Amino acid sequence: MNRVWLAGQRRNRVISMLCAGLFFAPAVLLGSEDGNAPPQQARLANLVIQDCGSCHGLTLRGGLGPPLRPENLGHLPVEAIAAIVSEGVPGSAMPPWKPLLSPEEIRWISEQLKSGALVSP
Amino acid sequence: MDLKFKAPCKLLLALLLAFGLSGCQALSGSDSRPHIMGTGDLGLIVERATGSVLVINTSRHEVLGRIEGLGDLSHASVVYSRDARYGYVFGRDGGLTKVDLLSQSIVDRVIQSGNSIGGAISQDGRYVAVSNYEPGGVKVFDSQTMELVADVPATYTSGHGETGQSKTVGLVDAPGNLFVFSLFEAGEIWTLDMSDETAEITRFEAGESPYDALITPDGRYYIAGLFGEDGLSLLDMWNPEQGVTEILPDYGKGEQKLPVYKMPHLEGWAIADGRAFVPAVGHHQVLVADMTDWSLVDRIPVQGQPVFVMASPDNRQIWVSFAHPDNDVVQVIDSQTREIIRTLEPGEAVLHMEFTPRGEEVWVSARDSNRVTVYNTRTLEPVATLRAEKPSGIFFTSRAHALGL
Repeated sequence: MNRVWLAGQRRNRVISMLCAGLFFAPAVLLGSEDGNAPPQQARLANLVIQDCGSCHGLTLRGGLGPPLRPENLGHLPVEAIAAIVSEGVPGSAMPPWKPLLSPEEIRWISEQLKSGALVSP
Repeated sequence: MDLKFKAPCKLLLALLLAFGLSGCQALSGSDSRPHIMGTGDLGLIVERATGSVLVINTSRHEVLGRIEGLGDLSHASVVYSRDARYGYVFGRDGGLTKVDLLSQSIVDRVIQSGNSIGGAISQDGRYVAVSNYEPGGVKVFDSQTMELVADVPATYTSGHGETGQSKTVGLVDAPGNLFVFSLFEAGEIWTLDMSDETAEITRFEAGESPYDALITPDGRYYIAGLFGEDGLSLLDMWNPEQGVTEILPDYGKGEQKLPVYKMPHLEGWAIADGRAFVPAVGHHQVLVADMTDWSLVDRIPVQGQPVFVMASPDNRQIWVSFAHPDNDVVQVIDSQTREIIRTLEPGEAVLHMEFTPRGEEVWVSARDSNRVTVYNTRTLEPVATLRAEKPSGIFFTSRAHALGL
């Protein structure tokens, strides 16, 4: 019973994330492909592991926020992930990161999340 | 007169000490007997990225050793056995690890859930309870054997009539051998009575999305912070039949909330001079409430969103740390004048502060500077720094003898 309910919740969340992604995708696509030098990437990687990790766990297996590993995000286009990072999820504890990060930085983070490049085993 | 007398005395004492110490060292070199030591001035510093903890000595500002292999320590916390020898470390990955501060080793370790957040040790020291996200609920273990004693799934029925298991947060111990915790999705506060074999649960309606909680040092008021609305939920443990009441219900009314990049932590909340100092959610303010009627009496503007708002043990100072991205400073507020008396810069990404038991010093962790700085609370000057790998929580053994910690 519990599992069924949780699965339903998750599906709803994913659908709403997808919708948000489609809505915001054009704005995010304006970002350049790779505008980050390695030191900048190290800073962003630290941000993802440590600061996103506060809510999503250092291994990104979830906490107060949902898990963010490739198996959880792999089905989402990068644009949808970027839209969630950029705008946050209204009604949840996920804040919008666009006041602190550029569209290029958000896109880079989203690509890493989707590919699992920052995930420790 | 006295001064003249003291100087030679000190010199003599120093010489004696020097001889004495070298004598000791010579002895210990050939002596393998265990070094006898109390634990009263020891503590643990969580190294969150490496899954390790440092055993430290607060008097000597010294790292005694490192214990490794504790898993995902994001948001990890520690409670202590009554004899203050053992620390119980709560990891994010569901790991509950019992460590021995004297031998600096792991005594026992259980993976008790898929995802967890914090815990508590019972008033009598017999039980360690862990707050779980996945599956949502609380598990209680025998503190000596680490055997499972009680499994309490946080089941509830949503508004749509579906049942689920809520994430649990803000787990504390309370007098009467109770554990108290909040249910994030269910918006409830539960008490779990461990005073006898029945392990009775009592449920209370709380506000929307409680994300953390505290219990006042006397164990009377359990207060949960609400993410879903302004205000806090208060349960009077002396009069639980009155149910949960809402306090500070409209502190942010009419104001645009700022994005919250790190949830405030309520544990270690400041109560000083008859007033409670509370981190505002989504505002650059510390709120001040009158504890007699819990009315809002002041808002202190600070430089960012407060995460920890902690009173020094003498209640004269309130130390405030901040959320990302303004998290490289700590501000110190005078509890009487309510003015900021100093802004300190302990390093990048300040995560936690811990006062020595009598409050003469405070230890501050700066995650991205890989450093812990010890400040003198009178001069507000640093007196020592220690190296640590991505340090987060700092927990001294004096917590063994305090309620709710």
